[in-house]
Amino acid sequence: MAAPAKSANSATVNHPEAPSSVQNLTIGKALNLGLRKAMEEDDKVILLGEDIGKLGGVFRITDGLQKDFGEQRVLDTPLAESGIVGTAIGLAVRGFRPVCEIQFEGFIFPGFDQINSQLAKLHYRTQGEVKVPVVIRVPYGGGIGAVEHHSESPESLFAHLAGLKVVSCANPVDAYWMIQQAIKSDDPILFFEPKKLYHSGALKAPVDTAATPEPLHKSRVIKQGTAATLVGYGPSIKVCLDAATAASSEGTELEVIDLRTLSPLDLAPVFESVRRTGRLIAVSEAQSESSITSEIVARVQQECFYSLEAPVLRVTGFDTPYPPAKLEEHYLPDLDRVLHAVDRTLDW
Amino acid sequence: MSSPEQWAQPDQGAESAATAGQPSPDQVIAGLRATTEGGADLIQLLTPEGERVESPIFDPYVADVDDASLRELYRDMVIVRRADREANAMQRQGQLGIWVPLLGQEAAQIGSGRAMRPKDMAFPSYREHGVGYARGVDFKELLGIFRCSDQGQWDFAKHRFHPYTIVIGNQVLNACGYAMGQKFEGKVGNPEADGGDENEATICYFGDGATSQGDVHEGFVWAAVYDAPLVFFCQNNQWAISEPTERQSRLPLYQRARGYGFPGMRVDGNDVLGCLAVTRWALDACRNGNGPVLIEAFTYRMDAHTTTDDPTRYRLSDELEAWKLKDPIERVRAYLTRNGGADADYFAEVDNAADEFAAELRDFCFNMPDPPPERIFSNVYADPSPVVDAQREEFLSYLDGFATAGGER
Repeated sequence: MAAPAKSANSATVNHPEAPSSVQNLTIGKALNLGLRKAMEEDDKVILLGEDIGKLGGVFRITDGLQKDFGEQRVLDTPLAESGIVGTAIGLAVRGFRPVCEIQFEGFIFPGFDQINSQLAKLHYRTQGEVKVPVVIRVPYGGGIGAVEHHSESPESLFAHLAGLKVVSCANPVDAYWMIQQAIKSDDPILFFEPKKLYHSGALKAPVDTAATPEPLHKSRVIKQGTAATLVGYGPSIKVCLDAATAASSEGTELEVIDLRTLSPLDLAPVFESVRRTGRLIAVSEAQSESSITSEIVARVQQECFYSLEAPVLRVTGFDTPYPPAKLEEHYLPDLDRVLHAVDRTLDW
Repeated sequence: MSSPEQWAQPDQGAESAATAGQPSPDQVIAGLRATTEGGADLIQLLTPEGERVESPIFDPYVADVDDASLRELYRDMVIVRRADREANAMQRQGQLGIWVPLLGQEAAQIGSGRAMRPKDMAFPSYREHGVGYARGVDFKELLGIFRCSDQGQWDFAKHRFHPYTIVIGNQVLNACGYAMGQKFEGKVGNPEADGGDENEATICYFGDGATSQGDVHEGFVWAAVYDAPLVFFCQNNQWAISEPTERQSRLPLYQRARGYGFPGMRVDGNDVLGCLAVTRWALDACRNGNGPVLIEAFTYRMDAHTTTDDPTRYRLSDELEAWKLKDPIERVRAYLTRNGGADADYFAEVDNAADEFAAELRDFCFNMPDPPPERIFSNVYADPSPVVDAQREEFLSYLDGFATAGGER
């Protein structure tokens, strides 16, 4: 993870010493640029969503795209999520590569039927004759002080669906590349975006648009360590890194892994790490029961049974509905809760 | 006297206007009667007695249908009915897991199916075997779904006939997206002189029960606001398993279109000529950029919902007997006979061809192989999935263990 930019206040100002292909971007701006690039490269890429045209989306992720690509490529749709997903499927059957925006994760459920019954299964049903390269972008996660249905983490529900792929970005470089890779993929992909971090200046990073990106469905060790391993994704990565920095100041070196892909899970780097550290803590804003973190625990105990020095611990949201936002600081995994888990695993 | 048409627009002056919570007895009766009578707006070109009815609007759309063409429509209907009966019988013999009969809906399916041009696209529900046949899909290729050996394996792009959709109403939105794509690609509204024959449209099939689904409502909204070239073809066969149409709507279904801002019409779904004409009209409107259109084909499900259903539990046989008098095939036969368009030899030849068709179907079905276990894991994703790959390897090696032990896989 790069340090915050010193000189660049505008997302479009280049890093002084970097080549011209490098821009210093927030996650939100990187997504915007990635979408723009994908639309420039393939005129079959079209965007569908509520308020994504003139307004640029409630988070401004599609800012300026309708102006530059027109109303037939950036569609302000009726307020109907099943309609957004259902028509995107039909457009994909026709040969388009639709990218849907769901305004907030809590509003995706009218579209759940189309996602489960058609999007995830058409390729299998037809044995590959019908491809549905649809990307559904979903701003998710809490920490923004919002009313109900605006702060949830439903990614496990989608990772559970065979035929669907699920990814989540946690930094601007991944945001820029992963959205383009997802659009190029012939599989339907749920693309979860950590909304709290969209416009975080602290996470701004140089994005080299001429670089060669890593594969989409690979997880990555983003900080090396020896004492224990933290694994997370999306909004939890910042928490994990903050915890690792704090632990390091006290002489405890934590390894941090960004999953990036939630379905299919790429756990090989996790297994490799656990075999070295012997200790694992899985972190997510999503509640723990029957979740991504449950799957990690199950697979790690199967693959790393003799390497484990302590049970795998989890730091997650609680198994309750998302609480009123005045309580979310208690609900969401934070630095202290992660460090508390680190203490427990080290003291085991 | 109350009629469904009137309760769409209640009389404001009436002293005791019925409310949604308390429909008047008249309204209830009108709703019930609407299940057997098409009403004043019913479009019909061929009566149940085989009399040709003139229609200034729709006659031009079947001006090319001479006796030879009508004989072919007759043949189509006889063949799909015979195939349908054969499949039903094969289910009874345990060769199919389930069958979804189309009996009674031959005219709606053949009429609308034959109205399409090669470049038009169709999105079926799961009873549209007749439409598939009209699109050139080999009837044999429909059987795998019901034998549960595949989930639909015809060449979708070639036939422009989308996979069957079992979740009620889902396909309406998918069809709408496809039609929006046709429009975005400039395949709509081109003048004939500038290659207007390149124009395309989409037709989507669903039933009376589906009209209660949110996806159908959303499909109506989306198609309307994007001017999508989409014909909504609702086969109102009066029954959604055990629920009559009045459990879905207080308004005749075709009248719903007005609320969405596009034309809605009710055609006699047992009149193949009427269905052909009305669907051609609607597809033309769509190709020319005036879509969408809702067609309610007023028909009757003469058999059960599926082979697992027992209609004697919820409807009277009188009703079936009444509808038998409106049979879609008999009226064409009557017309052709009366006008010398076909003779007994022709009808016998068609019956023989249908028997042969059924025999081939039967032979094919009995010899369909079961899919290999590997099929469980194939094509879950377009790109390989390490998770699925690992499970396949583990399971196949587990199965191989039986073979090694001397057993048979």
